[in-house]
Amino acid sequence: MSSLEPSRRDTRLDPYIDQYADRTGSMTVSAVRALFAVANRPEVVSLAGGMPNIADLPLADLGASFDQLIQTKGVQAMQYGSGQGELFMREKIVEVMAEEAITANPDDVVITCGSQQALDLVTRIFIDPGDVILAEAPSYVGAMGTFNAYQAQIHHVEMDEDGLLPDALRQAVVALRAAGKAVKFLYTIPNFNNPTGITQPLERRREVLAVARELGVLVVEDNPYGLLTIEGEPIDAMRSMDPEVIYLGSFSKTFAPGFRVGWVLAPHAVRERLTIAQEAAVLSPPVFSQFAIANYLDNFDWRGQIATFRSMYQARRDAMLDGLSAHMPTGTTWTSPNGGFFVWVTLPEGLDSQALLPRAVNERVAYVPGTAFYADGFGSRNMRLSYCFPTPERIYEGTRRLGKAIADELEMHATFGLDTGEHRHTDRNLGPAPDVS
Amino acid sequence: MTDNVIVLAGGLSHERDVSLRSGRRVAQALRDTGHTVLEADVNASLLDTIAAVADPVVFPVLHGGAGEDGALRSVFDLLDIRYVGSTGPASRIAFDKAVSTPVVAARAAGFRTPRQSSLPHDMFRELGAANLIAALGEQIGFPMMVKPARSGSALGCTKVTQASELPAAIVAAFAYGDIAIVEEFIEGVEVAVSVIDTGGGPRALPAVEIRPRSGVYDYTARYTAGETRFVTPADLSDAEAARCAELALAAHEALGLRDLSRTDLIVRDGEPVFIEVNVAPGMTETSLLPLAIEASDASFAEVCAALVRVARQRSGDTDLP
Repeated sequence: MSSLEPSRRDTRLDPYIDQYADRTGSMTVSAVRALFAVANRPEVVSLAGGMPNIADLPLADLGASFDQLIQTKGVQAMQYGSGQGELFMREKIVEVMAEEAITANPDDVVITCGSQQALDLVTRIFIDPGDVILAEAPSYVGAMGTFNAYQAQIHHVEMDEDGLLPDALRQAVVALRAAGKAVKFLYTIPNFNNPTGITQPLERRREVLAVARELGVLVVEDNPYGLLTIEGEPIDAMRSMDPEVIYLGSFSKTFAPGFRVGWVLAPHAVRERLTIAQEAAVLSPPVFSQFAIANYLDNFDWRGQIATFRSMYQARRDAMLDGLSAHMPTGTTWTSPNGGFFVWVTLPEGLDSQALLPRAVNERVAYVPGTAFYADGFGSRNMRLSYCFPTPERIYEGTRRLGKAIADELEMHATFGLDTGEHRHTDRNLGPAPDVS
Repeated sequence: MTDNVIVLAGGLSHERDVSLRSGRRVAQALRDTGHTVLEADVNASLLDTIAAVADPVVFPVLHGGAGEDGALRSVFDLLDIRYVGSTGPASRIAFDKAVSTPVVAARAAGFRTPRQSSLPHDMFRELGAANLIAALGEQIGFPMMVKPARSGSALGCTKVTQASELPAAIVAAFAYGDIAIVEEFIEGVEVAVSVIDTGGGPRALPAVEIRPRSGVYDYTARYTAGETRFVTPADLSDAEAARCAELALAAHEALGLRDLSRTDLIVRDGEPVFIEVNVAPGMTETSLLPLAIEASDASFAEVCAALVRVARQRSGDTDLP
């Protein structure tokens, strides 16, 4: 190629392009992400986002209560606070955790900006580039984004209908260590796993903890949805059975996500480092939010509100399961969660949920393709459907539209002979995902 | 006379996100030049919104779907609403690659277009996919490009190097619409030439050469700053650059376009080959038309203002192609 003349401008439109850290390599725009912009339009039934439905909150009463808060404690509530979080908030959090059988000391709680930041802090203090984090197959996309930002290597552990398989966990740890890898922790969502909706029964939790203890693997339990159990009572948290477990909690689903208040409960030594890391990250978690949430917990029937949420989500879950039963083509399977926000769908063999997405958007329905929840390219036959936000009627209609998109794609595959597997994309379609339905 | 402008962005197409980005940039540029700007999406209240603004000019920055295929512009034509850009009928022809490529081939004498076949999905079902796929392989040859007839931002586009990849590529294109284009792959220097008419007749801006880091100018390469190198003016000989400009102007004229367009082309063996034309070119921070404006020593804001002025001065009569 000829050399450029001086008058030519040769630009990549980013003067810092060669200066970014290696860990930002995957931080690019994607067509799938862009399609979600369409999902925000009211014409589209979005089964994609996991936005809590907080329309039932008593807004007028909350407003009066917050007004009172500002008038009486405004100067304190709008000041910097403790890096670990305010003591009154940590004491309240201990009360909330008792609902899932956790006994804890407020000194061992660190308040974070949502449990997403708890994930960030835990990863920050444990992970060097190349260290291994074990996670369910599949796992929460937001956690994997954090793990990737610290250049962790994510290794998925197989699940069945009761969640993580203890034997698979054991095999993974042994094999990774034999290969010289540093396995730093197991990240697990035992209640209504995001994205599958699968819950580990009590006995499975004990088995997983036993393997982790035997092999000396730290367990990080992420539990944003436990109190949103639809039928029956929440299963005891893993942390209630083992004080060495690092536990992440959040008010985002049980109250409201806008306050950005979550927490991490950790053994003393770990908590010390988390606090110092937190001070370096944000100085102090949002003080006003802590006052507001403590005020809510003190003055409102928060347990009653959670019961209201549970029944509201139950109606939505039922609409989704009814809709899937009515509209999904033969060969499609899905999970039946007892809480949380998500149903995990496995498409008929040969279909690719990412390739299907533009067709679904044409039908005015959106979901998240399954590959988002795997670090290793699996999940092409899967999709995550959220039932938390739209009305039950819209959810049912969304499943109808989705069923049509899948049926049309199946017909297309039949026309082109793609169901034999012979002519499939090889870059994305890595075969069926683990059967978690 | 007012300075009221309604920038239309968003819409329901797969390119909504790009359109919103483009729209914000155009709106800011027009505010910077003293206009009173209202940003609006396309929805059931749009016509009421337009009616509530005194003497507005609409600046559609909608990519894909009804915003670019002429449907909405035909409504503006019907209602005598002044707007920036090509008419509804012209946009309809330009947006559909199954129509625009043959029109350019027929009307822009002396310029090359790729060998192309456009096929609706029911043709494959009715005639048998295997037969048609074999025919496409024989007639178009490999490598070939498969794309939706009516889409942008390279969504649904696949380069196919062998017959076994063709069915999946066609299915991927059909996920975006009912007609797929299969056309000869043109190897060469990828270039975009924008045409603007700010009152003195259409003129071609300097060609922008596109060098994606990954080798493919796909969605990620288009909208992630740093993923693509842009060379302006393109690293072409004077003769090649002149031919590129002539082709862009010829396509603009052949399709009856007005105000602004962007023609994507590939220079092979010193001669440009027409790939496609856009009546609603991207206006984002990484888009080609703003780069071309900058290379022509004009300011993006001034060009946007000039396009609004031209639209405002236009009579209600539309120049149909």
